[in-house]
Amino acid sequence: MSTETIEKTNDKVVEVKKPSEPLFSKKRRQLLSNPLDEDNPITIQVLGICSALAVTVALKPTFVMAVAVTAVLVLANVVISALRNTIPNRIRIIVQLVVVASLVAIVDQVLKAYSYDIWKELSVFIGLIITNCIVMGRLEAFALGNKPWDAFLDGLGNSFGYAWIILAIAFFRELFGSGKLFGFQVMPDGYIGNGVMMSPAGACLLLGVLIWIVRSRSGYVED
Amino acid sequence: MENLINIFIKSIFIDNMIFAYFLGMCSYLAVSKKYKTAAGLGMAVIFVLGITVPLNWLAYNFLLKEGALTWISADFATVDLEVLKFIVFIAIVAAFVQLTEMVVEKFSPALYNSLGIFLPLIAVNCSILGGALFLPTRDYEFAEAVTFALGSGIGWFLAVVSLAAIREKMAYADVPKPLRGLGITFIIVGLMAFGFMSFGGFELPFKTTEQQQAEQEKSSAKVENKSAESVVNSVANYSE
Repeated sequence: MSTETIEKTNDKVVEVKKPSEPLFSKKRRQLLSNPLDEDNPITIQVLGICSALAVTVALKPTFVMAVAVTAVLVLANVVISALRNTIPNRIRIIVQLVVVASLVAIVDQVLKAYSYDIWKELSVFIGLIITNCIVMGRLEAFALGNKPWDAFLDGLGNSFGYAWIILAIAFFRELFGSGKLFGFQVMPDGYIGNGVMMSPAGACLLLGVLIWIVRSRSGYVED
Repeated sequence: MENLINIFIKSIFIDNMIFAYFLGMCSYLAVSKKYKTAAGLGMAVIFVLGITVPLNWLAYNFLLKEGALTWISADFATVDLEVLKFIVFIAIVAAFVQLTEMVVEKFSPALYNSLGIFLPLIAVNCSILGGALFLPTRDYEFAEAVTFALGSGIGWFLAVVSLAAIREKMAYADVPKPLRGLGITFIIVGLMAFGFMSFGGFELPFKTTEQQQAEQEKSSAKVENKSAESVVNSVANYSE
């Protein structure tokens, strides 16, 4: 993976965030921007497919899911990266799972308290962020070998890459499936929802086509 | 018993882990290039699901659920440890997988060679944790949970083996370049999911108790209607 480069960090703490500062050097900006397109977690790295298909029936739960994954991925990346020199190699998977599971439990409780309806709708898929391959994949591939600030940027970049794909899928599924966006009627009255878009199978077809588009733009070809 | 057969069939075909819930999708896509590896991982999933779901059922019902701790002391009736379910479930799954790997490696090298390499992959397979997370929402008995676990495992096995068989044939097809690999696989999975959706129209071999009750009410209503009709008829006959 192209993002696996270990770079020397500049210890200087910069308060004002400017792109010209070393805190956002070119390499680091790439950590943020690469996962959006060239190194996208879903379309190129094939990580985190389960939730990409399962929660994308409507935009609202998808948005909440994207925020939840962002929170978990960024925090887990930072925590594991900070602990990376103290974790014994043999038990690293269990350590990662425990850290992620605790973060997910917190996210789950917050959602349950503040948006109960969506929590109910997402049901098991909040819990499944634990085994979401994006989280484990980025922890294994990046956080274990890089400093916390880089891991933070990597987590942010990858979760945005994940978010825009699932939001795109949810946009089309909700628009054509029920004629709504974020729950508001968009299609003219009398529009009959397309059942295929609401069904899991439709999500698969849509994701297949989306991958086709993204890959033909970036020129990535598998074997 | 009838209920168990219903759950078994339902979890294989109608609520298939892959085609209805998309659980375990990552490893499903990753290992389905070759039939042999797919079958190996499928067996491992059946095995691990079949053991960890009952284990998690025990953990949930005797440790985590509200009032589950009453077997220790009646004072714990209000204790609700459900917050901890993620950590407990994933810890049980990860520990079990690690343990099995070590035991299999030690006692049966042949089995380890065919199954063992897949075991570490399984700890982070969503279908295993997903199976456990369905437990609190579904309220199964112990026997039902075991049946559900085995059925889901077999359903996953079926899905991964059939996809691998199709993908082996796809190697000879001329697919557009950007669509190769992941893209076309998703389209195949979508088409297979359409196929599996048709199982949703199946009638289960045994009726659930609710359906039975509904039918009994219907039939008794019919009997009443009939008796009323026969009265009317006899009255009509009499008047003739």
